[in-house]
Amino acid sequence: MRAFLAIVARDLRLGLRQGGDILTLVLFFVIVGTVLPFAIGPDRPQLARLAPAIVWVAALLAQLLSNERLFGSDFEDGSLAILRHAPLPLEMVVGAKMLAHWVLTALPIIAATPVLALMLGMEGETLLRAIGSLVLGTPALVAFGTVGAAVTVGLKRGGLVAPVLVLPLSLPVLIFGTGAMAPMVPGASGQALLLLAALGLVSVALVPFAAAMALRFAGE
Amino acid sequence: MPEAGLKVDDLCVARGGRPVLSGLGFALGPGEALEVRGPNGAGKSSLLMALAGLIAPEKGTIGWSGGGEAGESRALLHYLGHRAAVKPGLTLRENLTFWADALRGARDGVMPALAAAGLAAIADLDAGVLSAGQARRLALARLLAIRRPVWLLDEPTAALDKDGAGWAGTLVAAHLAGGGMAVIATHLDIAYGSGVSPRRLDLEGGA
Repeated sequence: MRAFLAIVARDLRLGLRQGGDILTLVLFFVIVGTVLPFAIGPDRPQLARLAPAIVWVAALLAQLLSNERLFGSDFEDGSLAILRHAPLPLEMVVGAKMLAHWVLTALPIIAATPVLALMLGMEGETLLRAIGSLVLGTPALVAFGTVGAAVTVGLKRGGLVAPVLVLPLSLPVLIFGTGAMAPMVPGASGQALLLLAALGLVSVALVPFAAAMALRFAGE
Repeated sequence: MPEAGLKVDDLCVARGGRPVLSGLGFALGPGEALEVRGPNGAGKSSLLMALAGLIAPEKGTIGWSGGGEAGESRALLHYLGHRAAVKPGLTLRENLTFWADALRGARDGVMPALAAAGLAAIADLDAGVLSAGQARRLALARLLAIRRPVWLLDEPTAALDKDGAGWAGTLVAAHLAGGGMAVIATHLDIAYGSGVSPRRLDLEGGA
């Protein structure tokens, strides 16, 4: 447990010291959400209808952008090889890094959602649902991103490979995430949220094993 | 510190589909060291990586004893590779404290280890500004701060100045005197001091 907490604390400390990264991520999220309305045009009802999709696409893209640094620097500087000699199984190392990554990337995005809501003319209730669906959905996004980052960690130019791997996996999150915000059928929002939560729990539980296996091969 | 034993039998290791080591066998016990010599590409680093469990051997066995249950060997050993595992953005002290926590060492060992490495005066400096030699010293301080019986050292004196190389040699000697074990890959002569004579393994082949 001490080793687990040490990894979480180190990653958080590193992330907060390089605070510029978090700010860039938040700005990226807000800018993507702001650029789309320009393409759509100044039709407020239409914007409000599209808002869930815009929020989720922006969150997905921002998440993709940040995944590379999950294992990249630890692999480059040799820390990952040494972490394999920690008394902690590699699966737990992955879990610790996922947790820190969620705090550093997903939490700022969730916190910035009200800004986006303002730009998109979202109503209060939709904003609450947006935040709820992001809280439940981002763990799954981080989990899938972790698999992508682990699989591509040894590649010299894995920059674009990971997003290509991760995007199809993230589709269910996108579908249920937007579904939870703007249900097609009245009352279906709760079901979408439940499915989103289930998706998050299953992926967070299983991904450490898959990612650890990928990291073991990356050592070669 | 628990004692450990190592027995390697008929070890074959390939890198990128090309065999670099074959039919290698040796045994090491507490207080013993093995110095692996050979030209570039002879497989010195590959041997250490295989011993560290970072790459899987094609054939043969690597048997650790003293680690308790099988698979616990990873808690027995320190691996010092080409990359120093020094994290820019953290201070020297934070770097070492992190490893003490993550590798289940004692935090009290951190400052004495930094002092022994000659880095105590810059303990609160960002590790990102260290020179290659200083980063190497910090990596060696990790071995000192967290007691583990097996040291796998890949070119431990690379980038070190004369004093640093001498210090690394005495570090290994003290480790062996304490019942530790070391496998050292190097192409530089390391002065371990009197009374320490590691066994020598010459690898052939290479570039």
